[in-house]
Amino acid sequence: MSDFWIHLLVYLVILFGFVIVSVLIFIWLERRLIGRFQLRPGPNRAGPFGLLQPIADAIKVLIKEDIIPSEADKGVFWLAPLVAFVPVMLMFAAIPFADGVMLVDLNIGILYILAVSSVTVIGIFMAGWSSNSKYSLLGAMRTIAQEVSYEIPLVLSILGVVMLTGSLSMNEIVKAQDVPFILLQPLGFFVYLSAAMAEVNRTPFDLLEAESEIIAGFHTEYSGMKFGLFYLMEYAEVLAVSAIATTLFLGGWQGPLLHPVFWFIAKVLLVFMFIIWVRATLPRLRIDQVMAFGWKFLLPLSLANLVITAFEILIAPDINTAVLIGINIAVMFGLILLFSRFYKLGGGRVSIK
Amino acid sequence: MSVLSNTGGGILKGMRLTFKHLFRPWITVQYPEEKLAMSKRIRGNQVIWVKETCIACLACARACPVKAINMEVSRGEDRKLKVDHMSIDFGLCIFCGLCVESCPTKNAIYMGCGYETTTYRCTNVEKAEGQSFSECRCRELILTGDELGPSETRVLSGYDRPDAAEKLPLQTLLINKKGYFER
Repeated sequence: MSDFWIHLLVYLVILFGFVIVSVLIFIWLERRLIGRFQLRPGPNRAGPFGLLQPIADAIKVLIKEDIIPSEADKGVFWLAPLVAFVPVMLMFAAIPFADGVMLVDLNIGILYILAVSSVTVIGIFMAGWSSNSKYSLLGAMRTIAQEVSYEIPLVLSILGVVMLTGSLSMNEIVKAQDVPFILLQPLGFFVYLSAAMAEVNRTPFDLLEAESEIIAGFHTEYSGMKFGLFYLMEYAEVLAVSAIATTLFLGGWQGPLLHPVFWFIAKVLLVFMFIIWVRATLPRLRIDQVMAFGWKFLLPLSLANLVITAFEILIAPDINTAVLIGINIAVMFGLILLFSRFYKLGGGRVSIK
Repeated sequence: MSVLSNTGGGILKGMRLTFKHLFRPWITVQYPEEKLAMSKRIRGNQVIWVKETCIACLACARACPVKAINMEVSRGEDRKLKVDHMSIDFGLCIFCGLCVESCPTKNAIYMGCGYETTTYRCTNVEKAEGQSFSECRCRELILTGDELGPSETRVLSGYDRPDAAEKLPLQTLLINKKGYFER
């Protein structure tokens, strides 16, 4: 009994520390890298290399005035940041940092993570609705449309990995990866990363806070610590997505020589830097483009990936791994080219009378 | 139309371009530490008055559209005009350069190269009878006599003064910054 409580306490402290420190580092890294991508140095005044910049930001947010709109639904307005933030923290419970180093080794780990991550949308919608502002509401509605649509290709792309492993446990999935699943599931990784970036509202899909259209989306009316919590939530979500991508596709904590935790963190940083790179490159999509990309491109791709994976498992279970990797990558490029051919915007009928 | 057109190749191209940008030197000028050399003919926030060459003709004071130059002259014993008092209110000055252009000697009044005239404090000069608050002048911005002369921080600008321009360094342009357009 006491072992259980000690385990719980230690891991809670570790997880909170990990998330907070990683978010601070992520904010610094993102601002520095985005700066370099745009030919500017990025923040470099607070501390060496601007390392203290996120701390300065955090202090600024903490001591800011906390404004609640007079017409807001106060109870919901207060609860929204918590409802949005807590599920993100819960996601880290089932992510393995090293062999078995996790809060709980759930045998339905990935299912649990997906289920919990969906709850965040409710927090965002609560924020948008209770703010009593058209910008907030529009941003929240966009988020719901986007996150609910992208959940489907996200889950389907993960199913490929689950089929290969035959287990939903995150630790088992990592252990099963003699070859990182990015090689056996390149298409799945592509779909997962695209859908995950839409899930966490990173730049090509950051419609819910399109500055030029709806100011800041769902957190327009938020200030002070409540805004800080949303900010923390967004970065923690990116951290979670990077960690899941690492665990499912990049071999998790597996790696030669060095400590597993090092490999895990290095891979998470790598995925995060890739996400920043995409952010630095691609402009924001329109809402119809986002929906069409999700439903007409990612969904059929992920379904095709599922069918192909099933065929590989059933028909050719003993095929040489190198050959399989070659086939998979070829199939990925073929399918992406094929689906891009047939992909077009619109096609539905919208009549306004 | 080739098979590969419209299949996300543009995204890859863009990703390649941004990746290249990652290794380019930045073009930001870190201002207080790094400064660009301004144009040789800059009209900075300074007007420099050289006492020795001034002939006290009052041309600059008359040319000033905002009456910022306050110059009092009198005839000395040798029948020559001399300056009793000279002050310029930089709170009024619009840095138009008309005083510089109007000077008949062409070497008694100059624009300055400096553009950092911020002060921490502004003490109001005593308000005169019937003067509104906004007409009060700021004491720190009124320079008198020797304060108007050239010094290390008050470098003569080449505005309307080709001989002063020759001594100034070439203007830094971002084009001249090495490494930006290469690669």
